Amino acid sequence: MKKTVKLTVNGTTYERDVEPRTLLVHFLRDNLGLTGTHIGCDTSQCGACTVLVNGQSLKSCTAFAVQMQGAEITTIEGLAKEGELHPIQQGFWEMHGLQCGYCTPGMIMQSVQLLDRNANPSEEEIRHGIEGNLCRCTGYQNIVKSIQWAAQHKNQGATEVPEADAPQVDPKPISPVP
Amino acid sequence: MIPSAFDYSTPANLDEVLKLLAEDGDNSKVLAGGHSLIPAMRLRLAQPEKIIDIQALRPQLSYIKEEGDIIKIGAMTTYYEIESSDLLKEKAPILPEAASVIGDVQVRNWGTVGGSMVHADPSSDLPSVMLALDAEMVLKSAKGERVEPASTFFAGILQTTIEPDELLTEIRFKTPTGKKSSYKKLPNKASHYSVVGAAAVVGVADGKITDAAVGFSGLAEIPMRFDELEKNLVGVSTDEASIEKACQGFASGVDALEDLHGSQEYRRAMAEVFAKRAILAALSK
Repeated sequence: MKKTVKLTVNGTTYERDVEPRTLLVHFLRDNLGLTGTHIGCDTSQCGACTVLVNGQSLKSCTAFAVQMQGAEITTIEGLAKEGELHPIQQGFWEMHGLQCGYCTPGMIMQSVQLLDRNANPSEEEIRHGIEGNLCRCTGYQNIVKSIQWAAQHKNQGATEVPEADAPQVDPKPISPVP
Repeated sequence: MIPSAFDYSTPANLDEVLKLLAEDGDNSKVLAGGHSLIPAMRLRLAQPEKIIDIQALRPQLSYIKEEGDIIKIGAMTTYYEIESSDLLKEKAPILPEAASVIGDVQVRNWGTVGGSMVHADPSSDLPSVMLALDAEMVLKSAKGERVEPASTFFAGILQTTIEPDELLTEIRFKTPTGKKSSYKKLPNKASHYSVVGAAAVVGVADGKITDAAVGFSGLAEIPMRFDELEKNLVGVSTDEASIEKACQGFASGVDALEDLHGSQEYRRAMAEVFAKRAILAALSK
């Protein structure tokens, strides 16, 4: 039997009837069309589906949508404001923090949690903080640097950001798909 | 995989939860943080007919406090709350230390200490810590309340002595005043579950160990302590060679777990190694 759930995602309040067994990640993607949140492993390990629920990061494959009654959820689509990238998104751009991009939405959402709790993390604290997010392309080097870049630009006291390992990408905008 | 269908209820208070458990506890599962239950449901290892979501009890069952010389932790307290508790860092630092190496940040944000106890996964970390602290489980049902020590609570893989109509509401233990403690584990690199973990709580006077409690995760079907080891440790000097000697041989007869992460022989050997490491780490604090 379907249950009604009312929740706020990226500032918009939604009310939907869902089967109790619907996982939050499926609700976000299939009911709300917010496909920026990715499904990687389906075993609670990879972190690609990470979102923020009332400010706490959650692997959205590990909760039912019906549990989110009244919750405030932020997904990757909710970070950029008025066309301005969030500092962590900008950091991933500046420091070449992604290759295939599949883990990136979850990685960025977990980085938001990390810098919310610790504005000036050491490299070790960054690596410990993103342990729940797997990346199979980058070896994490530039992801760590992206988070350091974001910390420095959010917080002037942060440690110095090293150079990215790979050449910077050409910052030409990608032409839209026709 | 999508979990099998279930009836879902959100009782508003403890009495309603206990009433639902009294009515059909056998076919119901309690959902708190969900970080053991939902993965099991998604693999269809668990297919409960009814889910009782107890999130309404969170304000009531999420606390860490000291009353007299007893530390009380509400069953819905999350690993992150334990990891970041100033009271525990001061009075029982082994708990924040052990909580900080559970899973990952996302898991620690949602997983609860009570869930860890009743799920009773042999590879989870906090059961062995609670065993070493001589903790007690407070279990409530419509019939009343009973208290069960950790030493008899764990009954097998994913099994405890909790009755179908009972809800774990609190874990409590005597404040380990003056003790030194540490938790060290050999984690599975992918899941961070313990292949073997050791929780050491030791008393020291005049450079010698006066008493020791060492709980083990991952070694056997339930969290274990060993009389032989704890007796061997009494009176031992705090240098590495003496501790290493005292930690030899105690695990040789244990019916250890065996899987692709470690044979029985390997787990027994690692139990000795991690007992030593946990005790030395405790003594260095």
